[in-house]
Amino acid sequence: MIVLEPRPQPSRALALLSPVIAIVLTLIAGGILIALMGRPPLEALRIYFFQPFEEFWMWLTLPTGEREMWLYTPSEVIVKAIPLALIGSGLAVCFRANVWNIGAAGQYTMGAIISGWVALSAPEGASGIWLVPYLIAGVLGGMLWAAIPALLRVRFNANEILVSLMLTYVAALLLDWLVRGPFKDPLGFGFPESKEFQPGFIMPVLVDGTRLHLGVALAVIAAVALWVMMGRTMKGFEVRVIGAAPRAGAFAGFSRDRTIWFVMLLSGGLAGLAGAVEISATVQQLQPQINAEYGFVAIIVAFLGRLNPIGALFGAVILAVSYIGGENAQIMLKLPKAVTGIFQGMLLFFLLGCDTLIRFRIRLARPRVG
Amino acid sequence: MAGQTTSETRPETPLFEARGIVKKFGEFAANQDVGLVIQPGEKHALLGENGAGKSTLVKMMYGVMQPTSGKFFWNGTETVVHKPAEARDMGIGMVFQHFSVFDALTVVENIALALAPEPMRALSQRIEQVSESYGLAIDPRRAVHTLSVGEKQRVEIIRCLLQNPKLLIMDEPTSVLTPQETEVLFETLEKLAAEGCSILYISHKLEEVKALCDAATILRHGHVVAHCDPKAETARSMAEMMVGNEIAWVEKAASTTPGPVRLRVSHLNLPAASEFGVTLKDLSLEVCGGEVVGIAGVAGEGQSELMEALTGEMLATRAETIHIDDVPMGRANPTQRRIAGAAFVPEERNGHAAVGELTLSENIILSHHTAEGIANRSWIDFGKAADWAKRVREAFDVRSGSDNPIAGSLSGGNLQKFVVGREILREPGVLVVSQPTWGVDAGAASVIRRALIDLAGRGTAVLVISQDLEEIFSICDKIAVIHHGQLSKEHPAAEMTAEKVGLLMGGAHPEASEIPVEEIA
Repeated sequence: MIVLEPRPQPSRALALLSPVIAIVLTLIAGGILIALMGRPPLEALRIYFFQPFEEFWMWLTLPTGEREMWLYTPSEVIVKAIPLALIGSGLAVCFRANVWNIGAAGQYTMGAIISGWVALSAPEGASGIWLVPYLIAGVLGGMLWAAIPALLRVRFNANEILVSLMLTYVAALLLDWLVRGPFKDPLGFGFPESKEFQPGFIMPVLVDGTRLHLGVALAVIAAVALWVMMGRTMKGFEVRVIGAAPRAGAFAGFSRDRTIWFVMLLSGGLAGLAGAVEISATVQQLQPQINAEYGFVAIIVAFLGRLNPIGALFGAVILAVSYIGGENAQIMLKLPKAVTGIFQGMLLFFLLGCDTLIRFRIRLARPRVG
Repeated sequence: MAGQTTSETRPETPLFEARGIVKKFGEFAANQDVGLVIQPGEKHALLGENGAGKSTLVKMMYGVMQPTSGKFFWNGTETVVHKPAEARDMGIGMVFQHFSVFDALTVVENIALALAPEPMRALSQRIEQVSESYGLAIDPRRAVHTLSVGEKQRVEIIRCLLQNPKLLIMDEPTSVLTPQETEVLFETLEKLAAEGCSILYISHKLEEVKALCDAATILRHGHVVAHCDPKAETARSMAEMMVGNEIAWVEKAASTTPGPVRLRVSHLNLPAASEFGVTLKDLSLEVCGGEVVGIAGVAGEGQSELMEALTGEMLATRAETIHIDDVPMGRANPTQRRIAGAAFVPEERNGHAAVGELTLSENIILSHHTAEGIANRSWIDFGKAADWAKRVREAFDVRSGSDNPIAGSLSGGNLQKFVVGREILREPGVLVVSQPTWGVDAGAASVIRRALIDLAGRGTAVLVISQDLEEIFSICDKIAVIHHGQLSKEHPAAEMTAEKVGLLMGGAHPEASEIPVEEIA
């Protein structure tokens, strides 16, 4: 029989290094997988995980005039990382409170729907100032969708994991219906999609020749603000105490219900914002496929960042690299797209495994013969 | 029974023997070369403070865990006990300190779970026979959640007896019993021993061991420090063997005239939060400045509900039910009550009074954030928190490996000194403390008791909720007893005896019991 028993003194250094160990293990296991598929493993891993960094290094070191072409892949990594970071930093705070919002994908979709509705109903020739109500609508949409599991949890003790997860499908189907019905572009040849957004609703691009947009500032500001909140303010302290020991929270006079509301609305609002930012910057219209799976991948981001909002920034970059690397590997090695999903799944698996084995050790309880 | 001595010739092989038992958890040795010999029909005490290694030893005897090294002998044959089922088959029965009964089932259903299948009716009859012959009155058809704690223990004992044990292990059986219930239990145990069943009685209550047992093994820090005959020792001499040095007995200060009422509870009613919780019924109580009032009672009679009503974790229906310094506070949250001058130390130090994962200075913030201005608007002043933590550690001699460790790394006694000290240094007007020395070593206990008495001496109203009668008698000026969510009138400690408190703990009708106490006074 295998028994997990707590280690008397779990190593703090290992606990911090756990994401690094998990990444290394993912690379090894991924290499074996690719070798089994009959492709050169080292080459594939280089394309998957190192090429964006190599190209970024080229851009840093080459002189002006030669280096511009090398910025494209790194900038695409950042573009992918923006929604992951926005959602992941919010989830990091939420998970810290021991509240498990698994439905960020639904809140992301709802943010896209409500902000898209603003964009589609604005008058012709709307200026860039419309981005402000547009983004706020995205936040409200995400909060609205997160409010449902929060309310059911607080009032009826309904499990927020199930409720938020199920609402993801409701949101996806709602979007599907909208782009085939009320939001459908009359001139769209029957395709299930809305009109394209007016220029006033497109996130401004920061660097010419790339798609790097203003969302990166939003993601960094959000992560830093949440980090300060968690480390320095009473609100963050409340979240940490309620998450670690709810009775101690009650003893301190903190309301558990208020904390559940707070972290659900916060993480939902950020997921909604990510949805609004993403369709504005890359999709630029409403359609059934708006990359809502970012909401699930951001769970890995939050754990990879050690449930620290700043850490989530780094986690977002790593997961974004796996996306871009996956696209490159499809093109260059004809590897199936599903390999990206397998890598992301392995990463979470190894990460949770490392975290567990750092705190516990495995003992084989030998059946001794008397 | 006092005339019966243990001098008759002992059989050649003991029923049970442990030789050189070592149990290590990592570097820490919970048992170090422990030896134990139990004769047939012997009532053997295993004595030691909390953390001395008693529970570890019996868990190994019962097959719950395995020793790192050392051997057990059963009737002279070397034996390895892999799991509790094997222990039961050999004839070892155990009654745990925390009962493993299912509240929603009946007595007979609970017992059936532990035995080989047999018809319920036949089992009910066997239960009735055993309960009659050992004076363990119980109705097999009753649902367990309607039973008192003492009755639940009877269910556990009957469950063991139906398996015809040769050795019955009792782990701290009286911690949940009133003195009267304890006497009934002792009669049962005497009867069992007379029939040849050995008893291993684990306790730190010396008077009980003297009254019941005819041999004792004393553990300290995992080592056997003595084998003795408890009837030949005094409680004090055994205590010294247990603790290892002279015990500092806390002396009450000569009682001063109490000040004004600082904590007043009037007609507090609070419905139970869950099906198995306790409903508080019409509780009234006054604590004056300068006074230590104790609330005695066996476990689970409404103490935790009362504590939560006082801290504000559960709100009363009317503000007037709780007054702190004459301000109605029944509807105020814990922070508002602290600002009004109250301070609280709940029973559970890890997870309620403190968060194990947080550092000591962060744990200061829990109760001090607003009342002591550590939260400046919404920003935390960590410097101020660290300052408080340092002051608490110095004033209460809180020992730790590093400067600002996480609370979970402290030993029980040190963490308890920290959470008590944290509140006392605020110099509160009212201090409510539950189980102030539960599970802490004798040294820490006397520091904490001394500090509570000194705090009252400076004009604070101190309310102590405790299941430890010895503690109540050693520090309190007045004593009330909680039973089934009702509180008896408070009586001056000088007029109370253990017997009177015991009657109230067992639920003797308050009106009926008040008269004799006052007549005597």
